[in-house]
Amino acid sequence: MSTPSTNSREVTFGEAIREALVEEMRRDPNVIIMGEDVAEAGTPFKVLSGLVEEFGTERVIDTPISEAGFTGLAVGAAMTGMRPVVDIMFGDFLALTMDQVANQAAKVHYMSGGKLSVPLVIRTTMGASRRSAAQHSQSLHAWLSHIPGLKVVLPSTPYDAKGLLKTAVRDDNPVAFFEDKMMYKLRGQAPAGDYIIPFGVADIKREGTDITVVATSSMVHVALGAARLLEEIGISAEVIDPRTTVPLDTQTIIESARKTSRAIVVDEGYEGYGVTAEIASVIADGAFYYLDAPVKRMGAMHVPVPFSPPLEDSTIPTQVSVAEMAKTLCGKV
Amino acid sequence: MSNASIPLLDMYRTMLLILRFEERCNYIFMQGRIPSTLHLYIGQEAVATGVCTHLGHDDYALSTHRPHGHAIAKGVAPRAIMAELFAKKTGCCQAKGGSMHVGDISVGMFPAIAIVGANIPIAAGVGLAAKRLGTDRVAVAFFGDGAANEGAFHEGLNMASIWDLPVVYVCENNLYAASTPVSVAFRIEDIADRAAAYGMPGVVVDGNDVEAVYEAAGEAIARARRGEGPTLIECKTYRLCGHSRSDPRTYRSKEEEVLWEENDPISSLGERLKRMGLATDQSLAAIEQEVVDLIDEAVAFAEDSPAPEPIDTLNHVFYPHQAYETAEGEG
Ligand SMILES: Cc1ncc(C[n+]2csc(CCOP(=O)(O)OP(=O)(O)O)c2C)c(N)n1
Ligand SMILES: [Mg+2]
Repeated sequence: MSTPSTNSREVTFGEAIREALVEEMRRDPNVIIMGEDVAEAGTPFKVLSGLVEEFGTERVIDTPISEAGFTGLAVGAAMTGMRPVVDIMFGDFLALTMDQVANQAAKVHYMSGGKLSVPLVIRTTMGASRRSAAQHSQSLHAWLSHIPGLKVVLPSTPYDAKGLLKTAVRDDNPVAFFEDKMMYKLRGQAPAGDYIIPFGVADIKREGTDITVVATSSMVHVALGAARLLEEIGISAEVIDPRTTVPLDTQTIIESARKTSRAIVVDEGYEGYGVTAEIASVIADGAFYYLDAPVKRMGAMHVPVPFSPPLEDSTIPTQVSVAEMAKTLCGKV
Repeated sequence: MSNASIPLLDMYRTMLLILRFEERCNYIFMQGRIPSTLHLYIGQEAVATGVCTHLGHDDYALSTHRPHGHAIAKGVAPRAIMAELFAKKTGCCQAKGGSMHVGDISVGMFPAIAIVGANIPIAAGVGLAAKRLGTDRVAVAFFGDGAANEGAFHEGLNMASIWDLPVVYVCENNLYAASTPVSVAFRIEDIADRAAAYGMPGVVVDGNDVEAVYEAAGEAIARARRGEGPTLIECKTYRLCGHSRSDPRTYRSKEEEVLWEENDPISSLGERLKRMGLATDQSLAAIEQEVVDLIDEAVAFAEDSPAPEPIDTLNHVFYPHQAYETAEGEG
């Protein structure tokens, strides 16, 4: 578990993100924010409220509804001295930006023979259960994790969100930063001032000995809930949060799986061809001779996210379903 | 602008260099000495030349799948382009880009962007940075008629205009997007008309007349430098070659090609220079020799250069060092 430093206090996930941006914008005048309804409105989730008052409309830029276009502008500005933080309101809208993200931002450094870089952050949202149906509920971080040249961040706590976002802003590569929109009100400890969390370093959110649950973003809390249920019946679950899917801390994940000899991977992206598949294969490769059970994957059901609350809830892993899976793997059915 | 102030001879030399470079590329390609495909710029030399003659190395050019002419006009060394085509480590992209991505940011030429239209919003972002950093740099985006039907064109022009960004959009209307004639892809005669929809000037020029291009570009670049915003210039021109390798050009008539060949921008400029007393047959021949020598040297350099190492495959996926310094005066 990461230990927050001395000047820690309780903040929400959304406040942690706002603080990271405010501090980075004060530190570096070349950090700018671009997106829809980011200035006066401070985004529909109010994550950016107050920023335009401090930094003005020159640095907190309301764009037209042109996701492909303003992401392209951000790529151009990033190559020539700015450090843009682009706000894509719903992760589903990444579909509109994919050329600029996957074909331009991700490839410029490589195709220029290392002469250009794209210090760009794409902040976007993920996560179902907001009753928003199939076009406002997806978790599409696997798309970006698939493309060489992009880093992908999935914070699960206010502490991680602030430290990782500051790292994202300072990274000279394009970074996609996924915020679960159901977590903005989540409270937790985080230091008031500057700190950063390096990419590619998993956090052991809970230590355990019987089974490893690798979980990302909001699924970390599902996994922790499952671990509490399992504790009651004498199963000790270790919860590993990779925090970044690219770069991926394979070592911590493999070590944990070797130690516990059982593993479940939980992620809110679609299960098919998803992040769970990648991490499960890392475990299968690196811990094969230590495993007592097949590695199990739990992602979102392979359906468009339905509107109906009970139907929607059935599409994503819950602490009960994760605990049930763990019990099966541990032979305690 | 009087003719005297226009560097016609320099532009003649640049245009001839582009033409001879492209002809040599084609020749070498046909011999199987370079891989991939080629989109040659033959016939359109006046556009890149007339525009880039105004630009310094501090200004930016953003190009397309057909970038050799823009790169040469912007000042990228022909040997670095040729070495890139030969997939050599000395190439301008260290053999990571190839023909469709040539560029050299040290002279303001971005590695070319081969997704049609994608450079249009990126150029606006380059303009945004130039403006925010308080420079008077200008970004020029070259693109074809085909790109004007991409969403990126509309989004990019709109944002460049609403924020008065220092960008010049140069649409090279060569009448075809690959095999698709403009007549089946547009309801309008002039793509420049679309500028009005975004509240910027739209100008139509004869893209085969380097003086006309030079004058229109000069005005647009000056306007951009003054902070008055972008301009869309449509250059009517013609590609005097196939779209890419093995293009039988069955989509257009021989008669049409002959008409445009007679209007080729380089010979007509040569004639004009002689009439104006600025050149003679001998002086033009000397330029020809100079250009050919430069290309010979470029080919020799490319051939003599080393190929990349296998390990280079893994280089430059990510920018290596992180700027993880701690904030000052906080926390
Ligand atoms: C987004 C995208 N769609 C299609 C292509 C394939 N393609 C490459 S060049 C080209 C024609 C482009 O026409 P135009 O913009 O007029 O440029 P020109 O080739 O005439 O210079 C096409 C369709 C591509 N590279 N990118
Ligand atoms: Mg065309």
